[in-house]
Parts: sequence; structure tokens; C-alpha cells
Amino acid sequence: MATEFEELGAVPSFTVTLFVRRFNPEDGQEARWQDFDVEVHGTDRVLDALHKIKWEMDGSLTFRRSCAHGVCGSDAMRINGRNRLACKTLVKDLDITQPIYVEPIKGLAVEKDLVVDMNPFYQAYRDIKPFLIASDKPEKERLQSAAQHSKFEDTTKCILCAACTTSCPVFWTDGQYFGPAAIVNAHRFIFDSRDEAAEVRIDILNDKEGVWRCRTTFNCTEACPRGIEVTKAIAEVKQAILRGKP
Amino acid sequence: MWSWVLHRITGVAIFFFLLVHVLDTALVRLSPEAYNAVISTYKIPLIGLAELGLVAAILFHALNGVRVILIDFWRKGVKYQNVMFWIVIAIAAIAFLGFAPRHLSHVFGFEI
Repeated sequence: MATEFEELGAVPSFTVTLFVRRFNPEDGQEARWQDFDVEVHGTDRVLDALHKIKWEMDGSLTFRRSCAHGVCGSDAMRINGRNRLACKTLVKDLDITQPIYVEPIKGLAVEKDLVVDMNPFYQAYRDIKPFLIASDKPEKERLQSAAQHSKFEDTTKCILCAACTTSCPVFWTDGQYFGPAAIVNAHRFIFDSRDEAAEVRIDILNDKEGVWRCRTTFNCTEACPRGIEVTKAIAEVKQAILRGKP
Repeated sequence: MWSWVLHRITGVAIFFFLLVHVLDTALVRLSPEAYNAVISTYKIPLIGLAELGLVAAILFHALNGVRVILIDFWRKGVKYQNVMFWIVIAIAAIAFLGFAPRHLSHVFGFEI
């Protein structure tokens, strides 16, 4: 009875097996799966399990994380075949009777373990001019109505984690496609009433590697940890191109 | 994801059918006898079942093509894409179930 009493309200712990995709460019070996048995709490996230591996079992495990609370977008990875943020995925929400597979996001070159080269991703982001372009120099803030803001509010939520772009089969083929994230951030300015360069961005995305490579697979919408309706944003940019204006 | 995958698979399958179809139909210009000889080799159960698959592929590909057009051009297309996917599956299934018994009765020579 006493033990039952002590356990009341306690967070249950359980052991899960994690298969982590390992790659070290310096050891000359191919990428391979390595399994770890990790004791986790019911409240732990995949990131906590990875921390436990790195801090207590194998310090060479390499992955990115910064804020660890779903804000910075550093720890996007492919968990059980789906792109997610390790810091927003509770272990208990996965099927813990089976091993959990953790691998780097696809379509970008792997540098080490779960770390990929994000430069092509950021370059596509830079290419769409992700900043306000306005000719006037107002004394006060630029005003905008709630209705005007609602047009692009969804796409302001992007944290550039690359979960969408690296879930896109079109991006996987050759990596030349701008990718959902760049288009989402272009959408954020194209439909902003304060911005004056919508036509410039529309022209950039009306490219062979622009929005027309979207095949409406909807993987990006499913992958987004911020719940942005990514494919919808891409469709709106397509329609803006057809109209020639936002 | 799966609608997209299925669209690619059915598209490639239909392409290979069209390739063979264009070749055998073009034969009639060379010699009607050769054309008849080739077409008569198709009258076997295996090809009959392949035709069943062809109709299924075309049904899905055509209807899903309409869905993709609506996603691109209809303002609410993206919002209802999942519902439209199941409508595509439902219409394709109904049309297929209407076709299959009749076709199989021809292939295997039974009455329905």
C-alpha cells in the first residue's frame, strides 16, 4: 500500500529504443543506424531523449538545438518518417512499443549525424528578399487594418526550421526548387499592404524553379510545426502570379 | 502525399499503355492482317485483367487531375483538398464497380 501511495501522481518512466542515423565525415564510413535504449519520463520529448544519449551515453552524437522550446527552429529532424521539431514531439505520443527512428531532414547534405548544411535553404530564403521594401520614410509606424493583416498573418509564423522544404518530394529531386519555406516568406511580404515590391517577388517566383514546381503534395502543410497552411500560401502566390498582382 | 504518389504511378502506367496502344494501332497502316493478329493475342484473361487495371488507373488519374486543377484554380480548393481526395476515391470506386462485373463477364464469358 505504501509504495502505491508514493507513486500517486508520479510521472511514469519507461524505456524506449531510439535508432539514430549516424554519420561522421571523418571516419570514412557510410551513414548507419545506431540504437540506444533510453529511460525517459512520460513528459519527455524526443529532444530530451537525444540529450540523454549525448550527455550520458555517447557524447559524439551531434545535433542542433538552441532554445529547445519550439521557437528557434533549430532541431527539425525526421522522426519516424515525419519531419518534426524534436523539442515539440513528446516521446509518449509516438508508438513506444516500436523503436523510434531519428534521422536528419532530407534533401540537404548531411554534415554530421543529424546536422545538415542549411546554406542552400537560407539562400533560397535570401533570394526572395525577405524584408520590407518601402519607398516612403514615415515619421510614425505604418498603419494597417486587421483585415489587411489577416491576409498574411499565417505566414508570419514561420521559424525557418526547414521541416516543410525538406519534406517536399520536389525539393528532394535536385534541391533547385525554391521550396515551401522561401515561398511562405515571400507570401508574408507579397500580401503585406505596407510592402511595395510584391511584383519583384512575384517575378522571382514565376521561375522554372519557383512556385510552378509545387505539385500540391501537401507534405509541407503536414510537416509545419507551426501549423502554417503552407500549400495554401503557395497556391495564393500562384494565383497572384496569374493576376500579376497580390 | 498518397494522392500525389498514386497520381505519378497511374500516370506512368497509362503512358506505357498509350505507347503500346499507339504502336499496335499504327500497325493497321502497315497491314490489316498484322493488326488483326496482334489484337487477337490480346484476347486472353491476363490482358483482360490488365484492362481492368487500366480502367482503374485512368479513373483515378482523370478524377484526381480535376482535383489538382481545382486546388490550383478554385479559391477554396486547398481547404477542401482532403475531402476532394475522398470524393475522387468514391467516384472512382463507384464507376469501377459498375464497370468490373460487365468487363469480367466479357473476359471470362459468363452471364451476369
